[in-house]
Amino acid sequence: MSCKRKALRSDQVLPQLIKLEDLKRYYASRSEEKWFGQDIVRAVDGVDLTLYEGETLGLVGESGCGKSTLGKLAIGLDQPTSGQVLYRMQNLHGLSGEAKHRARLDLQMIFQDPYSSLNPRKRIYDILSTPLLYHGLVEKHQLDQELKRLLDLVGLPANSVRRYPHEFSGGQLQRLGLAAALSLKPKLIVCDEPVSALDVSIQAQILNLLCSLQEELGFAYLFIAHGLAAVKYISDRIAVMYLGRIVEIAPADELFARPLHPYTQALIAASPIPHPDLPTDESKLLTGEVPSNIHPPQGCPFHPRCPLAQDSCRETRPELESDGSYPQFGDCRSYRKSHCVACPVMLTKWHKARQEGRPMPYAFPGAKRTAPDYLEERDEN
Amino acid sequence: MMDPQVKTIDQAEYESAPVGESYLASVWRRFKRHKLGMVSLGLFLLLLVLAILAPVLSPYDPNAIVGGFGQPPSRDFLLGTDLSGRDVLSRLLHASRISLVAGVLVTLLSTTVGVSLGLISGFFGSWVDSVIMRFTDMVMSFPYMLLVLMFAAIFEPGLWSIILILGLVNWPGVARLVRGNVLSLRETPFIKRTQVQGLPGRQILFGEILPNTIAPILVHATSVMAFAILDEAALSFLAMGVQPPTASLGNMLGDAKSLTILTDKPWLWLPSGLVIVILVMAINFIGDALRDAVDPTSSRS
Repeated sequence: MSCKRKALRSDQVLPQLIKLEDLKRYYASRSEEKWFGQDIVRAVDGVDLTLYEGETLGLVGESGCGKSTLGKLAIGLDQPTSGQVLYRMQNLHGLSGEAKHRARLDLQMIFQDPYSSLNPRKRIYDILSTPLLYHGLVEKHQLDQELKRLLDLVGLPANSVRRYPHEFSGGQLQRLGLAAALSLKPKLIVCDEPVSALDVSIQAQILNLLCSLQEELGFAYLFIAHGLAAVKYISDRIAVMYLGRIVEIAPADELFARPLHPYTQALIAASPIPHPDLPTDESKLLTGEVPSNIHPPQGCPFHPRCPLAQDSCRETRPELESDGSYPQFGDCRSYRKSHCVACPVMLTKWHKARQEGRPMPYAFPGAKRTAPDYLEERDEN
Repeated sequence: MMDPQVKTIDQAEYESAPVGESYLASVWRRFKRHKLGMVSLGLFLLLLVLAILAPVLSPYDPNAIVGGFGQPPSRDFLLGTDLSGRDVLSRLLHASRISLVAGVLVTLLSTTVGVSLGLISGFFGSWVDSVIMRFTDMVMSFPYMLLVLMFAAIFEPGLWSIILILGLVNWPGVARLVRGNVLSLRETPFIKRTQVQGLPGRQILFGEILPNTIAPILVHATSVMAFAILDEAALSFLAMGVQPPTASLGNMLGDAKSLTILTDKPWLWLPSGLVIVILVMAINFIGDALRDAVDPTSSRS
């Protein structure tokens, strides 16, 4: 069971919604070593990514890899240090007037912590109606009806408007946050870990709500998470981020069936499978810390933790490369269904294994494990 | 996929939640639990009513010589007369009026200045913030009483100049408080949300951020008011404040500076001293109760 829609599995060409071009976002922070001077934190360090209309792109990676920063950049909540964000082929930060206004409404976001994402001093009525009235999206006499419709969309009773945020549970607050985003009829909703603060049973509800709303209203999601289960469930495509860069991107099923980047393999193997019959796997695949993004390693950022690391990995930084499944589409970033990975070493191994008819190679011994699927297992029972 | 059992958990929580209690209503509900705070509020309101009704309640004209010099309390003069033969009770009522006016206006003035500067500083950040905060540090680094005395010497001493002086030196605390609040609120998801929703800066500042800083401002304002009353009394005691013959709690104390009066004629200084103590303590306790009431997580009750 998943919420991927059939239309998106086909080869149908979808229009581009957001295109990130060599996007970088550096922050200056006070240096820890030098008395004077600053350190440069490379939160996002050269990302190329295209988001198509109506699709769900999952973005996974460890804490601090730049997922949230990328999300903020994609909707213009943050300014890139260099590179461009193209919204429907136009530079988001170069827009003005009506186009800028429309883009502002089209790109919405829901946040991780549902408890602090609504103004605690305001009733739901005010929270939902202020942007609607300010942007003139509804007439005053239709306001009540519109609020009722919005609350109904996210599965809350109409009398919620009289309440304050603290009177709701976490799941309900996340629904309200979604209603606030939906009220502006967006084309893209960036979900910044929307379920990680919620109870597991509520997570499933929210994910299903996200799915059904997308089915109904046809907007796109950029779904940021560190839990693979939720991402696998909701995403059409998944991008794996490591230290400010995308190291692998592929359609969701493809990524879990054939993870190519050693980091992706480790991530998948490391996520727990909640099943009583399966032995708990205590072996740790990934050793060491995530390197600091103030002083990222030379060459491939993953090489200090990678068992496959060679001399070439320490010298040159690998670019995203197609696995060759769709040779007719040249550049791997321009086709939605291609599987791209920034690991030439693994890619060579995989090509060789395929020619010789051997099984999929894994970077870590014992890394081959199925992806977590708690939602599917619950469904079967 | 929708598990019916899961849904009922959410539903049950929803049904058990209290309906539509506003924030201020919940503050008042918690404030009422604070006994000392309620007693203090009662005392403060009593003094406020007495001060407002001073012209009606006073038995005599506070500035008129109506009896003998320094007479002890009697049936005619409930709190005795002062060294010029004026009725102490009438003077006391009018003096608390002056003190309260000074306290309230100083608080209003300094809070207005402080809140405006704090909001601007926190919201706009960068060099605006630096300029305002360095100026604030400068004002704070002056010896407070000296600054007040200096201003009092420059301007004509009197009630209005006292209010102006105290109002203009008391704002840095509020400014810093508000700035800190704005800085932390600016990073919260609900403010980010309003930015994403394309609401204009003024709506975010006054509609979203300001309402969330009202509570700490109120708490701070009570302590500013207590200090303002004390400072007004101190200045008047030093003859730099409210000028005779107008009565103020400070200059009534000032009249009783000599040792013989302190030992022989307690009715000249005891009443005004007590009123100051009660007033300041009541305001401080109200502030305390308010601090607990605005913070639902505090365990003190």
